[in-house]
Amino acid sequence: MNPRPLRPLGPLVIAIDDVVKLYWMGGETIHALRSVSLRIHRNEYLAIMGPSGSGKSTLMNMLGCLDTPTSGRYEFNGKNVATMVDDELAVIRNREIGFVFQTFNLLPRSDALRNVELPLIYAGVPPAERRDRARQALADVGLGDRLDHRPSELSGGQRQRVAIARALVNHPSILLADEPTGNLDSQTGVEIMALFEELYERGNTLIVVTHEEEVARHARRIVRLRDGLIASDEPA
Amino acid sequence: MYELTEACRIALAQIQAHKLRSGLTALGVIIGITAVTLMGAAIHGMDVSFERSLNLLGNDVLYVNKWPWIQAPDWWNYVNRPPIRPENAAGLNKLIAATPNSLLEVGVPVCIYAVSAKAGAHQASGVFLDGTNYVYSRLLTAEITEGRFFSPEESDGGRQVGVVGADVADTLFPGHSALGQTMMLGGQPFRVVGVLGRQGPFLGRFSYDNQIFVTLTSARKYFGTPRNGGTEVRVKVRDNTRMDEAVDELIGAMRRVRGQLPGERDNFTINQQQAFKNQLDPVKKVIALVGLFITGLALSVGAIGIMNITFVSVKERTREIGTRKALGARRRTILLQFLIEAVSICVVGGLLGVAVTFGVSLFIARSLPKLPVDLSTALIVISMLVSVLTGVLAGFAPAWGASRLDPVEALRYE
Repeated sequence: MNPRPLRPLGPLVIAIDDVVKLYWMGGETIHALRSVSLRIHRNEYLAIMGPSGSGKSTLMNMLGCLDTPTSGRYEFNGKNVATMVDDELAVIRNREIGFVFQTFNLLPRSDALRNVELPLIYAGVPPAERRDRARQALADVGLGDRLDHRPSELSGGQRQRVAIARALVNHPSILLADEPTGNLDSQTGVEIMALFEELYERGNTLIVVTHEEEVARHARRIVRLRDGLIASDEPA
Repeated sequence: MYELTEACRIALAQIQAHKLRSGLTALGVIIGITAVTLMGAAIHGMDVSFERSLNLLGNDVLYVNKWPWIQAPDWWNYVNRPPIRPENAAGLNKLIAATPNSLLEVGVPVCIYAVSAKAGAHQASGVFLDGTNYVYSRLLTAEITEGRFFSPEESDGGRQVGVVGADVADTLFPGHSALGQTMMLGGQPFRVVGVLGRQGPFLGRFSYDNQIFVTLTSARKYFGTPRNGGTEVRVKVRDNTRMDEAVDELIGAMRRVRGQLPGERDNFTINQQQAFKNQLDPVKKVIALVGLFITGLALSVGAIGIMNITFVSVKERTREIGTRKALGARRRTILLQFLIEAVSICVVGGLLGVAVTFGVSLFIARSLPKLPVDLSTALIVISMLVSVLTGVLAGFAPAWGASRLDPVEALRYE
């Protein structure tokens, strides 16, 4: 695996300071995140690790602007997202963040091309340009010949590639992957991680949330969570 | 903007993917819209035929009668009135001529009898015989399709000539023209000088096509002067936008003609088509209200179905909603998506409902031509608007719920 290229850090993308997230469940307060501070720059390849209940998912939802902190500061490209409302967050998610889910979350009745077009529709890109960009994004992940296939006609690895194309089509600031190999056999998982490496070298900023050491080893930096706190933050 | 076309596309794909489910849901709307349009078509058809019937009376003609058309419970107030006499018309015309700027044009006496008419072996019974004079041609609502109305000379000379309605002509002289033929009325020969065009039934009861006009003098000679209200004076009004004033003038004139003293109650009644309108309007209102209630009920059943299916759709696609939100769909986008889905089902249902009504009204028109049904463009537009509104109202709650879903929860939903 070595020597692996390490790209120089770009400008600051994510700045989290003393973020706390509480949940109320049946009258009990759950401290999902106790106090987390984190800085992520452009051109990073970061893995977030931790056992279940460590606050890993909560942190991922926060980073992905799907959720807002109970307290603390969160700036994304200099914009304060901690106090944004639902629709403002939707715009950030659309423009700045590309999601890759463990279960792919493709629309079953739409073909690959339409699935990849979806974020562009929400961004208000005209149809012709949308087609071109979606086609390009699919070609970039090696699926240029599967444009009109529905998810059910694709293998697991191919589905995840469609999802990755969809995540990247709007040129987001970060790509946020949640257990991207969790639903794949090990061989396909290796292929996907190789694709991630390629994406990193092509200039993307990657954040991978996982509980597998195997997966995390691909990253250049590993953040480990335990009981809602950052236990360690070091280069891989 | 692109979100809108996308929402429409999703809605159509969704309906296609769940044909049976969407079809069953649309059934409620189909029934509702069928009820709406059928009811509307029936009411409109009734209106049209009613209007047509009333126009047979003439919208610029006042009728001076002994009895009011709409039977009043206080019959004893009318029974002792002296009859309307044909001579009243002449007196009235003198007054009209003497009145500057009179709103009345002319009055014509009409004596009405029920007779049988014969021509050779053919007989028409229960025919209305109207004895009148040549001036009546100015009040005639029917067209004269053959021949002419009788002339002043025939009228004044009491000649035995008649103008026959379309049914009478068909019955007495089947297969050939009635013009110039002779018919027997009360055993006396009358020559047909004119044939009237078909006018249709009056409020579905009796037919204006089943009447014969003859000269007043000849009618009185052989049939006498009718008793108890068989004689009336029909008065043509110059300007039918000023009917109320014309009625006032006519009342004053008739009182003078009939030598009534001040303070005495009128011993005649002025009738006009408005009287029928006034009586039928409340009936129409009741029918419309009942119709509205029934169709409202049918539609609300349809709407509940739509609401239910939209709730199911939202539940089934919670993960999809989460994904869409993660990819940048705003609340409005999600709301629109499910709203359009609900509206699409309603519009499809509405179109099918209109189609069903169209079929039914065609069937009715063919098999029961007397039943008035009229499906107008306005009604189709209204029913489509109603379908859209139903979709919006029924789909709003579930669509609103979908748009407010928390993306994290929605993504986690199994």
